[in-house]
Amino acid sequence: MTDLMTPPEAEAAPAPAAAPAPKMTARGVNVFYGNKQAIDNVSIDVFREDVTAFIGPSGCGKSTFLRTLNRMNDTVATARVEGDIRLDGEDIYDRSMDVVQLRARVGMVFQKPNPFPKSIFENVAYGPRIHGLAENKAEMDTIVERSLKRAGLWDEVKDRLTDSGTALSGGQQQRLCIARAIAVDPEVILMDEPCSALDPIATAKIEELIHELRGRYAIVIVTHNMQQAARVSQRTAFFHLGSIVEYGDTSGIFTNPRETRTKDYITGRYG
Amino acid sequence: MATGHTIKAFDDELRQLRANISQMGGLAEAAIRESMQALTQRNNEAAAEIVARDAQIDALEAEVERSVINIIALRAPMADDLRDIIAALKIAGAVERIGDYARNIAKRVPTLSGSRIEPLSLLPEMARIAGEMVKNVLDAYAARDAAKAAAVVERDQALDDFYNSIFRALLTYMMENSHNITAATHLLFVAKNLERIGDHATNIAEMVYYAATGERLVDRPRGADSTADTIDE
Repeated sequence: MTDLMTPPEAEAAPAPAAAPAPKMTARGVNVFYGNKQAIDNVSIDVFREDVTAFIGPSGCGKSTFLRTLNRMNDTVATARVEGDIRLDGEDIYDRSMDVVQLRARVGMVFQKPNPFPKSIFENVAYGPRIHGLAENKAEMDTIVERSLKRAGLWDEVKDRLTDSGTALSGGQQQRLCIARAIAVDPEVILMDEPCSALDPIATAKIEELIHELRGRYAIVIVTHNMQQAARVSQRTAFFHLGSIVEYGDTSGIFTNPRETRTKDYITGRYG
Repeated sequence: MATGHTIKAFDDELRQLRANISQMGGLAEAAIRESMQALTQRNNEAAAEIVARDAQIDALEAEVERSVINIIALRAPMADDLRDIIAALKIAGAVERIGDYARNIAKRVPTLSGSRIEPLSLLPEMARIAGEMVKNVLDAYAARDAAKAAAVVERDQALDDFYNSIFRALLTYMMENSHNITAATHLLFVAKNLERIGDHATNIAEMVYYAATGERLVDRPRGADSTADTIDE
């Protein structure tokens, strides 16, 4: 990027950093449910600095693919994943990969907020406790407070941390789930339709939160709402029939898509 | 291609928007042609009618602006739809200006009806080119034809050349006989108006090109207004 405001002497500085290394890479990924192929040869890079949105019609495979990124598909008996998926260059499907550890590094937020039927505090403290991230009560308090603050929920719940997480409103529950994901200090956060059960105000709060978390964590969000993809992401991938049709800068995808299928989908001409 | 949306009402709105732009373009093109006719035929009545008719173009521009705002608010247009709609807004603004320049030519007709100085013979040809540029660029808009839009841009140089030579001729007339100054100055404004119409047609062409392709038409150096160097002659 040319910066006209930079004084000339700055040009003596080292050459600009090369493009950042991707946080996660996927190469030639196929996913089968029994005999049915749900994902066909998907390759993509996800960057820490950016929010990446997956869009596409129902059944296009975007959620299925998202779930390969932290091996959630392992929990589906009939699912089979082929291809190469790496986190910081490390093969996440390698035998030596500890799946529990992986899911702490690659956290997930689901469509429907799913707090544990425990106190607000315990919802956030659970992960750090099983991963042994806090030495004592004081450290745990710090982690819980920091996580709730980052999730933009602290001010609303700080006086009622012992109340049940399920007593919160839907939007608050979703932010609690985000705080829970953040608490184990992940590197990547996967969000599968995180706002589809929320009203517009709660949705706006989650979107603002995504904006604030950007850069600290690589964020990948699956959404049916194209306006949401346009609002929160810097990169957008359009999935159709199990493949990525187009992947690029969000502004490019929404103003000048290269592929007719992308254009037809985002302009509302699909099917 | 403003068709095929799952929501048919959106198609209708886009069609109506395009129809309004085309209608504006038709009115502006007629105003250029008829104002030049009124000038050459010294027809003050026709000129007055052209001046009055400009309100129609203004009303259509307001209508286009209103529908663009509505479409953006209610339909959240994307990709080629978005480019189309932004182009429509900017094109409507440019066509409205073209209409104003044509009206301005018509307004000068009564003052010029008495004069007989010669550069008048170059102006109708200049007006013909300007009118054709406006017509072609709106045809390109209707057809989403990027190549045709780019061709309009090429013609702007001819208008600039006309303007420069008319400027020099009128300057000579003024120096020869100070009685010519009033008429020559009015004619100079007429020529300048036509030159500006060409610039606006060029801007429209650039918008049509962008709407059709998503790319900017490569910036070309503007036809230099060499009259700026002629003052001290």
